[in-house]
Amino acid sequence: MEKELLFITVIGEDKKGIVAKISTLMFDCDINIEDINQKIIDNYFVMIMLVDMKESRHSLEKVREELEKIGAELRLKIQIQHENIFKMMHRV
Amino acid sequence: MPISVEEVFETASMILHQNLDIRTTTMGINLKDCIHSDFKVFTENVYEKILKNAQRLLKEAAKLELKYGVPIVNKRISITPVSLIMETHCEREKFIEMARTLDRAGRNAGIDFIGGFGALVHKGLTASDKTLIESLPDVFAETERVCSFLNVGTNTAGLNLDAINLIGNMLKETASKTKDAIGCAKFVVFANAPEDNPFMAGAFHGVGEPDMSLNIGISGPGVVRGVVEKNKDCDLTQLSEIIKRTVFKITRSGELIGRELAKNLEIPFGIVDISLAPTTASGDSVANIIEAFGIESIGAHGTTAALALLMDAVKKGGAMASGNVGGLSGTFIPVSEDTGMIEAVKRGALNLNKLEALTAVCSVGMDMFAIPGDTPAETINAIIADELSIGIINNKTTAVRVIPVPGKKAGDSVDFGGLLGEAPVMMVNPYSSENFLKRGGRMPAPVTSMRN
Repeated sequence: MEKELLFITVIGEDKKGIVAKISTLMFDCDINIEDINQKIIDNYFVMIMLVDMKESRHSLEKVREELEKIGAELRLKIQIQHENIFKMMHRV
Repeated sequence: MPISVEEVFETASMILHQNLDIRTTTMGINLKDCIHSDFKVFTENVYEKILKNAQRLLKEAAKLELKYGVPIVNKRISITPVSLIMETHCEREKFIEMARTLDRAGRNAGIDFIGGFGALVHKGLTASDKTLIESLPDVFAETERVCSFLNVGTNTAGLNLDAINLIGNMLKETASKTKDAIGCAKFVVFANAPEDNPFMAGAFHGVGEPDMSLNIGISGPGVVRGVVEKNKDCDLTQLSEIIKRTVFKITRSGELIGRELAKNLEIPFGIVDISLAPTTASGDSVANIIEAFGIESIGAHGTTAALALLMDAVKKGGAMASGNVGGLSGTFIPVSEDTGMIEAVKRGALNLNKLEALTAVCSVGMDMFAIPGDTPAETINAIIADELSIGIINNKTTAVRVIPVPGKKAGDSVDFGGLLGEAPVMMVNPYSSENFLKRGGRMPAPVTSMRN
């Protein structure tokens, strides 16, 4: 079965527990983490996580809700978007 | 090559910080197959076809918003020009009833605007066209969602002054019948109207279109302003290049979502309209892009050149990104929907003369501007004739959306609220063109139309 890849983007201030909280959520949802990367860009802490939702136990809507909860708790912006949007915008 | 952190961040911050969105997804619906000799059956057919499809549009659009994390701000419907389908029911009361039907279908489906209650009259008026125009003030008074247009000229037919001469009085009556003259904001008069434009108020489903189609309007003035501000010192060639690259990216997101949405709805994908469309949200202003170029206030000398550069770069970037660029594709400069434009009028930097000049290089025309309520109907018609002549002679779309506000004088202001914004009332030239306009007839097509 083909993978269903999405990017989770975290933007804000670096703090303890970001990766731990999101990874735990992914594990609980049966979502595999394919890649993880982080950087400081324009004074923002930016972390991206590429995840495969093919075997996810929950709908995208539910996962996004849970991510938003984590975002609110840690005061970070967290987005989840299908990888195609990045491929379309950044590759000719 | 895998997607880098920088690239993901760029897309995410366009959405989070610079108001990148899909401004509109507009589903075109052919209503010719709804026509019936029994008017009641006819309106039921129209209601059912619009309601069913509009509900599907909303449902599928919501799914893609979630999948790609890009807001799809407006979901709308455009229909076959209503005068065409009403030829055999040519009574004023029936036109108003048809408008009520459209309004009800839109309301029950959760659609904010339905475009296409209009007519193509560039060569002349049928009885149905005339009745439609006469019904418009009541249509606007009785409906919320119905938008109307008239195409009164093309560069191959010329400009129909007899049709233009009906508009001033119609708009003044509409202004008096609707709160703050808001009905006038739902009427656009065009030259060279595109049949696949997704943006309201001028959207309609043209006669050359299939049974259904999906057109998409992308936007993102905030994103373009962001890159212009970041590149303060580059020359205009480089600036054009930077804008092109940015618009390419924005358009690609529209192309992706539009195609997928059309596929999920099982209807043909029409076009991507790559217009930069401002809103009154902070930073979402086309005027502010021009100002970031180095113009102190939009309207100052140099503005037309800056806008021309912006327009051209937008088109080039968009054309590379999508094989189906259409609609109006360029840059909108509505006055009331752009905080930078509103401020420029208030500080005296932008007047109607300069606005008209800007439309020679921008994609649409003189849009969403208020004038004093006591402006003579002939002067409104003359403003329209001037603007549309620019389109006819230059082989481009031009349009006018003008709001004569009863009881208001130049320098006053009127607040429409929401997307339609706040309009400072602009001064019109006090001299008369009545004797020119009352000659009527049709201005012949320009020599540039003779290409066969």
